[in-house]
Amino acid sequence: MSTFALLAVTGLGLGALYFMVASGLSLILGLMRVLNLAHGAFLTVAAYAAWSVIQMIPDQTGWLAMVVAIVVGIVAGGLFATLTEMILIRPLYRREIGQVLVTVGLWLATVSLIHGIFGADQKIIALPTALTETTAILGAAIPNARLIIIAFAVVLYLLLYFFLKRTRYGLIIRAGVENRAMVSALGIDVQRAFTLVFTIGGMAAGLGGVLTGANFGEIDPYRGTAMFISAIIVVVMGGMGSITGSAVAAVVVGLMQQFLNYYATGVGDFAVVILLAVVLLVRPGGFGGATT
Amino acid sequence: MIRALIVIGVIILLAAAPFLPIPIPIIFSDPLNAPGTLNLIGLCFVFGGLALTYDLVFGFTGLLSFGHALYFAIGVYVPAVLLAKLHFTLPQALLTTAAMAIIVPLLIGAVSLRVRDTQFAMVTLAFAQAGAVYVGQSALTGGEEGLSLGSDSLPAFLVGVTNTHNLYWIALAFLIVSYCAGWWVVNSPTGKVWQAIRENERRVAVLGLNPFFYKLSSFVIAGFMAAVAGFVYLLLQGGASPDVTTANFTLTLLVMVVLGGVGTLWGAVAGGIIYEYLNFRLVALSNSAGLQGLPAIIRVPASEPEFILGVLFILLVLFVPGGLAGLVRRHSAAVAAH
Repeated sequence: MSTFALLAVTGLGLGALYFMVASGLSLILGLMRVLNLAHGAFLTVAAYAAWSVIQMIPDQTGWLAMVVAIVVGIVAGGLFATLTEMILIRPLYRREIGQVLVTVGLWLATVSLIHGIFGADQKIIALPTALTETTAILGAAIPNARLIIIAFAVVLYLLLYFFLKRTRYGLIIRAGVENRAMVSALGIDVQRAFTLVFTIGGMAAGLGGVLTGANFGEIDPYRGTAMFISAIIVVVMGGMGSITGSAVAAVVVGLMQQFLNYYATGVGDFAVVILLAVVLLVRPGGFGGATT
Repeated sequence: MIRALIVIGVIILLAAAPFLPIPIPIIFSDPLNAPGTLNLIGLCFVFGGLALTYDLVFGFTGLLSFGHALYFAIGVYVPAVLLAKLHFTLPQALLTTAAMAIIVPLLIGAVSLRVRDTQFAMVTLAFAQAGAVYVGQSALTGGEEGLSLGSDSLPAFLVGVTNTHNLYWIALAFLIVSYCAGWWVVNSPTGKVWQAIRENERRVAVLGLNPFFYKLSSFVIAGFMAAVAGFVYLLLQGGASPDVTTANFTLTLLVMVVLGGVGTLWGAVAGGIIYEYLNFRLVALSNSAGLQGLPAIIRVPASEPEFILGVLFILLVLFVPGGLAGLVRRHSAAVAAH
């Protein structure tokens, strides 16, 4: 029972991280039809920005360092994503293949630049002692960091849900996912919504980058790519533009990887791809359809 | 007529390269017939042909696949494992590889072509990643270390530095054959339907043709040819390394095709050759002594070939849509107008 609980919480923690990357990716895809391959780079840049800033704080295992890291990560991810949209994506408006291609270039260039500046070796992330301690749940010793990560994902989901359901911009984004041409025809500036989804997606990925570091205890230049590919599976399974679909798919993928990797060594990563194939065969649109 | 003679002349010249001890300063560090130079040119030929196969899917059929590296990796890893670990003979290994190079793209294509555009891109990426995970974990493939072909697993004329010229000729033959095959298939009735699907898939369906089977044929033919490229690459490198399975590797294929010109055979070949050459030379540059004296803000980016190529690629997409082939077309149109 204790192994089961540990695997379940670890899987949920992974799913929580996938959701942070996938939610922004899914919104960008749903609204702009742009597959943003640089989304993993947002995560990596945010994680390294946070790491660089907390090197200046003397007490790295204090709460101050943790809070600063999260704030820096969110700001760096959001800023990088906003600049990406404004400088690289916007000039290629209506050239959707071109938009995908510049994000390919950005991914290659960013990852190799991070590699050049910081080296290929991982950087250790120190956590406050309260987070490395464990809490007993169903007899399993669960590291507190995992629980915090899950809590962050739940808060992110609720924030995104209420933003999309209750605010004017959320309404424009939901309408844009349904029918972009109609929204423009009604005289609404969709361009601002484009920038906005990139900013939100970058902030969520930035949070994901810092918390991925906290989860694994280290960051390296290539983790972002691995997270991005898992997020891709989540987005396809969840349905493009659907936050709830992404959340459900993220939990399914995280749990499945964790349980299968434990009980049948190394099978988990294949099993999710096979699950993806099955979902596509049965239901090509994924779990969710609309923006809810 | 004159063009055909020039092409034949160039091919004869390329085939004669192993007999020509000519130094070509700046471009190559060794004489033309040195094993190092021949190996580099051979690799350029492989990537030229590989870029061509990717162009069949992406440029001619309009399918943005992010999993093409997987089929190249089949051509690299399947024979490597069969020869080095399971001690198959060369013909047995080649037959098995050929079968896998048809079955795998057939199965993956049949599933991923159920969705289109961006979703198709994402699904192919996920499948290729499953392949990369397998290669990284399995004991058969040697994991992160890769796999080296022992000298006893291949015929003598394919092994050793002194036989590099044989590998060079194989690479040249591969490029010529794949160019001819590519030319033949894109001008065949099937190839015409591919291009019609790229322009307007619904219209093809309305005309009574089933786009699914044509797209699948493009996916499988290009996948098979990529596996052939993989085998030639394995011979040239003398082993397999997990780099060829990564998502980054597929992205570099995309860079090659866009660099040369999407939807033109010679453009893709030129893009593949130029990319591989630049990549090789930029790695050499990054290790050169001249770079060490420069300040960090120049030295660090300059020593990362993928950074330079990535930035170059972004600039190309933003300012030179159509790649090299587009530039040449615009130039000859301008000449004709005068």
